[in-house]
Amino acid sequence: MNKVSKDNFTQEKYKYGFVTEIESEKIPKGLNEDVIKLISKKKNEPEWMLEWRLSAFKRLENMSVPKWAKAEIDEIDFQDLYYYSSPKDFKEKPKSLDEVDPKLLETYEKLGIPLKEQKVLAGVAVDAVFDSVSVATTFKEKLNEIGVIFCPISEAIQKHPELVKKYIGSVIPVTDHFYATLNSAVFSDGSFVYIPKGVKCPMELSTYFRINASETGQFERTLIIADEGSYVSYLEGCTAPMRDENQLHAANVELVALDDAEIKYSTVQNWYPGDEDGKGGIYNFVTKRGLCKGKNSKISWTQIETGSAITWKYPSCILRGDNSTGEFYSVAITNNYQQADTGTKMIHLGKNTKSRIISKGISAGKSSNTYRGLVSFHKKAKNAKNFTQCDSLLVGSECKANTIPLTENSSNSSSIEHEATTSKISDEQLFYCMQRGLDAEEAQSLIVNGFCKEVLQKLPMEFAVEAQKLVSISLEGSVG
Amino acid sequence: MLEIKNLNVTVEEKKILKNLNLNIGKGEVHAIMGPNGSGKSTIAHTLAGKPNYNVESGEVNLNGEDLLSKDPYERSLNGLFLAFQYPIELPGVTNASYLKQIVNAHRKSRKETPIDAGEFLQILKEKSKLLDIPMDMHSRFVNAGFSGGEKKKNEVLQMDLLNPSLIIMDETDSGLDVDALKTTAEAINKLRNDERSFIIITHYLRLLEYIEPDYVHVFQNGSVIETGDKTLASRIDQEGYS
Repeated sequence: MNKVSKDNFTQEKYKYGFVTEIESEKIPKGLNEDVIKLISKKKNEPEWMLEWRLSAFKRLENMSVPKWAKAEIDEIDFQDLYYYSSPKDFKEKPKSLDEVDPKLLETYEKLGIPLKEQKVLAGVAVDAVFDSVSVATTFKEKLNEIGVIFCPISEAIQKHPELVKKYIGSVIPVTDHFYATLNSAVFSDGSFVYIPKGVKCPMELSTYFRINASETGQFERTLIIADEGSYVSYLEGCTAPMRDENQLHAANVELVALDDAEIKYSTVQNWYPGDEDGKGGIYNFVTKRGLCKGKNSKISWTQIETGSAITWKYPSCILRGDNSTGEFYSVAITNNYQQADTGTKMIHLGKNTKSRIISKGISAGKSSNTYRGLVSFHKKAKNAKNFTQCDSLLVGSECKANTIPLTENSSNSSSIEHEATTSKISDEQLFYCMQRGLDAEEAQSLIVNGFCKEVLQKLPMEFAVEAQKLVSISLEGSVG
Repeated sequence: MLEIKNLNVTVEEKKILKNLNLNIGKGEVHAIMGPNGSGKSTIAHTLAGKPNYNVESGEVNLNGEDLLSKDPYERSLNGLFLAFQYPIELPGVTNASYLKQIVNAHRKSRKETPIDAGEFLQILKEKSKLLDIPMDMHSRFVNAGFSGGEKKKNEVLQMDLLNPSLIIMDETDSGLDVDALKTTAEAINKLRNDERSFIIITHYLRLLEYIEPDYVHVFQNGSVIETGDKTLASRIDQEGYS
């Protein structure tokens, strides 16, 4: 029974695996001062930015790659990578969409992200990043009218240096850890968002990251600042071609929420996961951290992690402002030989700070899925509260799930609630659904979507349906 | 419409059904009674294709087609419906979306387009009313936290929505109080017609007082030891199986 034809799936499985045939211009392989100077020059950066990069690089020379994660990983030769790749003759970002290479527009259209004004998703502004450069940003002018800045970070460095200078590295210090420091030295593009005082951003902002060139790492950097009393919802999506090699993606994302501000940050991560035998796929080593700087501020991370060969990612909140709130909602799905080690850190510094963690891990095939989290209450965090719920769902018997929740408590008046469950999709559940006419794949997808519903519901509506489909597709071939 | 010939079934290496023969014609209602462990539920699960119910030998034809070579979902799409004795919980899946999805799976197999949301809601309202099911039950998760009665009614509702040609009810009466039993039986009686056949597995006479069977079979040790009309059920109720 459960006859599942594998051939049908491999084709549909990763539909973003195509390569755009476009000539690229790369800075020669290797990691050294000259490469960093070249990147900075390509971006027309001011002197202070180059210096900042070079100071990061100096630090990097005495750092080594972290070894603590529950993942088996081939050694990366950092001198054998390209650190910058852009479409050829891409001197300056096109002023209007008419000037964008049609091949690029076609690429994003194929990915389901139309950029042409008449076709764009209503209510969603998109910044499209292709390898190391941003190729288009929609609704920019419209957002400008209300004072919202939404642009590639390379542009922000030139046009809004005072904001960038003030906040870059303020949440993730240059010296944080190897990959964060590497990013600080060689970062190429990513998005910059500033929401002025009292403005509720009227549309979803989103960045779509695409790796296209081979042997190239993507080092994006995103910085979002929500000024007093403002609100923004931001979403990022990511895909890459199917290749036998492992490609490195090491991003830094920093969020800053001032008094009474709220940032909702959602990720649908669908980097190429490698094939059924574990060959190829993206190494996704990402540092994401939000600072609830002001009182009553709130930062909420929602992530749907389905892609990448290896994912290390711990979107965290530093709850400095009194009464501030941090949230982390996560669905991480691993299949075949994928490895995910993901979770969050909630650092409670201020009074009456609250945090909530809901993590849903689903492992199938021979994959390994770890939740790793830290909830820390500092002395001054009076009446701080945390609620953590970690649920793991196993599909089949060859996969692994781990839960590593750590707590540090120096505050007497705080409380932590922790719940954890591990379950298997039961044969009874599958049989019940199949008895009503659903085939094995449909039955499984129904049950899994139910399992992660609580998190999927946190996504912006425009993306929730897409995410549901992605959850199903990621597990195809894992029943039977 | 259903022919079972010399069926032998083992579960976990234990022989449960032994040379079972049973013929069920179109529009007929057959009751299966018998003591615990006589193989009543095994026949239900075997017909529905539950994993680990191993058919050692024998044949089953449903509407002229070999049933045993089909996957469980294909059996459902071909018109076989099993009402579970213990309906399974699906946490996180709302009843409404689940019902809609199974309806659409059947529509798809008939090459029909998915049902319109408004039309589905209308049908759901009508059919729920017949069973005294409040609409807010459909925004709860499938069977999760449902009372025994709610679970059984939900099974009958699904049977009504999917329009099957063979309905197997595995102790649908267990866990129902008198009122719920009556409502459920009335709804089932409405589903009776010349084309649709029923296998009703039960321990007790009371369900058969509402749904009158054409035949009653007594199971013992994995095969039929006696067949009669509805009076057989009354006799067993008074005298027991021995």
